[in-house]
Amino acid sequence: MTKNTAAGKTRRQIYEDRLRRRSLIVACASSLAVFLAVFLLVPMAPGWDKVKASFFNWEVFAKTFPDLLRAFKLDVAIFLWSAPAIVILGLLVALARDTRNPALFPLRILGAAYTDIFRGVPVVLTVYLIGFGIPGLGLPRPWNSPYIWGSLALVLTYSAYVAEIFRSGIDSVHASQRAAAQSLGLSEGDSMRFVILPQAIRRVIPAQMNMFIALQKDVALLSFIGPVEIFRQAGVFKSLLANFTPYVGAAVIFLAVTIPATRYADYLMAKQNRERS
Amino acid sequence: MSKLSLKGVIKRFGEHTVCDGIDLDVNEGEMVCLIGASGAGKSTLLRCINLLETIEDGEVLLDGEDISLPGLNPQPVRQRIGMVFQSYNLFPHMTAAENVMLAPRRVYRKSRAALRPEVTELFERFGLADRMDHYPDQLSGGQQQRVAIVRALAMKPEVMLFDEITSALDPQLVGEVLDVLRLLKGSGMTMVLATHEMAFAREAADKVCFLKDGKIVEEGPPDMLFEAPQHADTQRFLERALK
Repeated sequence: MTKNTAAGKTRRQIYEDRLRRRSLIVACASSLAVFLAVFLLVPMAPGWDKVKASFFNWEVFAKTFPDLLRAFKLDVAIFLWSAPAIVILGLLVALARDTRNPALFPLRILGAAYTDIFRGVPVVLTVYLIGFGIPGLGLPRPWNSPYIWGSLALVLTYSAYVAEIFRSGIDSVHASQRAAAQSLGLSEGDSMRFVILPQAIRRVIPAQMNMFIALQKDVALLSFIGPVEIFRQAGVFKSLLANFTPYVGAAVIFLAVTIPATRYADYLMAKQNRERS
Repeated sequence: MSKLSLKGVIKRFGEHTVCDGIDLDVNEGEMVCLIGASGAGKSTLLRCINLLETIEDGEVLLDGEDISLPGLNPQPVRQRIGMVFQSYNLFPHMTAAENVMLAPRRVYRKSRAALRPEVTELFERFGLADRMDHYPDQLSGGQQQRVAIVRALAMKPEVMLFDEITSALDPQLVGEVLDVLRLLKGSGMTMVLATHEMAFAREAADKVCFLKDGKIVEEGPPDMLFEAPQHADTQRFLERALK
């Protein structure tokens, strides 16, 4: 007998229903236990009242949030002009590192040195060195702006990572595609431009999105060299109000941007994995 | 003069000699089939002919002109020699029609509009008229392989090379691709095939070459080679292959 006459379900379905019910109950119970522990135990810590007052002060939050949001516009602006530059420079470096033309050999070495150096130095250090160093040359007015040199520091650092991701994408396109392109009489350049790159770029879009989510967060590092973006603004409020809540507000604003973006990148990645299998 | 002529072609990968002094003449309009076990050097030989591989020694002559000259720009040569691969190698991000038009657009500088009529005609000729705007992953293996053939033909090559083009296909799809080859032979195309389709080689080839360990062990008209192989290696191979 394979059917359960009462429910019209097979015994396999009944078994799986039972398993599903059980795991649902276990998941709910364990989540509840963890949340209870956090909500009950953390406030029992000796310093909780102080922490609550200085990090989670609703009045301060409500008062500073609009200004933080306004300051965040600057973060978005820096992101928006840096991102296209990073895509272009990253792609150029990736192509330079893959070039086989002997006349371009210096470019290849420079490309390798470039990615090694800028991936090897902490971002904040690059921001300091370029952001303070270059204006220190005594450049005339618009050219000593920390916006320019801070953005440049981000562009240089992120282009190094983005270039490596592009390169891994180029390498992931099978050699038979290049052979097919060349067997048709296409030049090396045309093979790269019309056959290899479109496939490579499509494959690395999710990985690149993760890089740009990281970039959006790292824009806050420019606060160290001057621009009053959200992190700096939160710092100003902290000094003014002797309260850390503005930092929490800033974190909330970052999360509002990065969580949807991360989810979207994960979705793209999962979709691509499905398509490839 | 032969359309295509190989003289003492040697190709090595490191220590391993893949083509060990190959001599071969292909006349205009002829179909030559290379047979032999996997690893005998058939595919590599084809790749040497359209300069996807450089040869260590020997000569490859196209219309009597040495195309294996070191330092020669391979691009114009490849435009004259079309190649079709075992794994189709269509460009997955382009429609069938875009696949076919890419090289004529870039190399001959023709516009899509100018190419469309002749490309449409090619698709119609090979029974693919309703597949022009499909992407490769929307096509069956046989259709993909026929598009790959159309893509090579769009460059108006003088010689076509086919590298085991039916080996990756489901058995019921092999026929439609072999039909295309028959059609091409009928139109007078000069062709060199590496193939495991013995029945087809026997029926359609003008000359069959048996390769073993990078050498042409025996060659001749298909009737002679299949009916009365002279060499012991050929006999052994055919015995196994025709079983």
